[in-house]
Amino acid sequence: MSDALRAETVTITGHNGDEIEAYLARPLDTAPFGSVVVIHHMPGYDEATKEMVRKFAANGYAALCPNLYSRVAPGASPDDAAAAARAQGGVADDQVVGDVDGAATYLRALEGANGKIGVIGHCSGGRQTFLSAVTLQIDAAVDCYGAAVVYGTPKDFPITMPALIDKAPNLSCPVLGLFGKEDKFPTPEEVTVLDEELTKLGKEHEFHSYDGAGHSFFSVDRPSYRVEAAVDGWQKIFAFYGKHLAG
Amino acid sequence: MCTYLTEKLAITGSGKGPNGWMGVTEATVYVDHAVHAQFTHTLNIDFRNPELGPSARIALELTEESALALADAIHAALGAAPAGLTSVNQS
Repeated sequence: MSDALRAETVTITGHNGDEIEAYLARPLDTAPFGSVVVIHHMPGYDEATKEMVRKFAANGYAALCPNLYSRVAPGASPDDAAAAARAQGGVADDQVVGDVDGAATYLRALEGANGKIGVIGHCSGGRQTFLSAVTLQIDAAVDCYGAAVVYGTPKDFPITMPALIDKAPNLSCPVLGLFGKEDKFPTPEEVTVLDEELTKLGKEHEFHSYDGAGHSFFSVDRPSYRVEAAVDGWQKIFAFYGKHLAG
Repeated sequence: MCTYLTEKLAITGSGKGPNGWMGVTEATVYVDHAVHAQFTHTLNIDFRNPELGPSARIALELTEESALALADAIHAALGAAPAGLTSVNQS
């Protein structure tokens, strides 16, 4: 395998048959390859997220990030699109699932794809990864500090994100969870509750919580970046996908 | 953390954005990651005019000290002027 890749913006069919923008990267000389749907965080379909998409391709996976804000702000810069989406109350769970499903369908159809699909997301994307894993048939899910999985958002919040833990019995795949011990959203207590629930249900999962790391420790362009946690986390992600998306 | 909590209010006034002056009709206030300010979290304020599209936005990312001082300064400036002088119903 070399690290040759091709990356570009494409149009995919998302929820309700809508044509939406997405960022695709794929390896040029690795086949068959597994695929990863990358769910961008709440601040949007930004440069740092696209860099993650390319990183997967450089490591032998096709990766695709649907722009969840395509409908509300087509063509706008990522920060303006995120602001517009926030002002509208965020993106509905059904729509996210439809867009992730559309991305997975697109990836499965790529020449050289082995048909296996992983999903990964950070922050709100971590929650949406868990949402996808309890709703869709996928092969491996990586939840990076997804919030509101155990308790949802409080009732007086303008953006409603219901808890997902009651849907855990529907989990379709193994889950890798990566968290910071100094995070407040999710708190270490919430991570423990989810861990115990998945154990109780007999759902394959591995959770890692890092000392000295809070929320967004993977964000290379933020002061929250924690190099030790992020480097180890990436190693765990590739080991996990290597195990579940290979072949 | 993203609090997801967004205070949203209708406003009346104008602001100067990337394409010059425009009317602003909506403000959102929330705590979240900063896009540009070198802090993990900031208090963010967007002044928007959705009718002009998502790019019609004036964005601020402030530390909480700055945001609270700004709120106090707004109250002080308005308190020093006759009531109603800057009201939407000013005569």
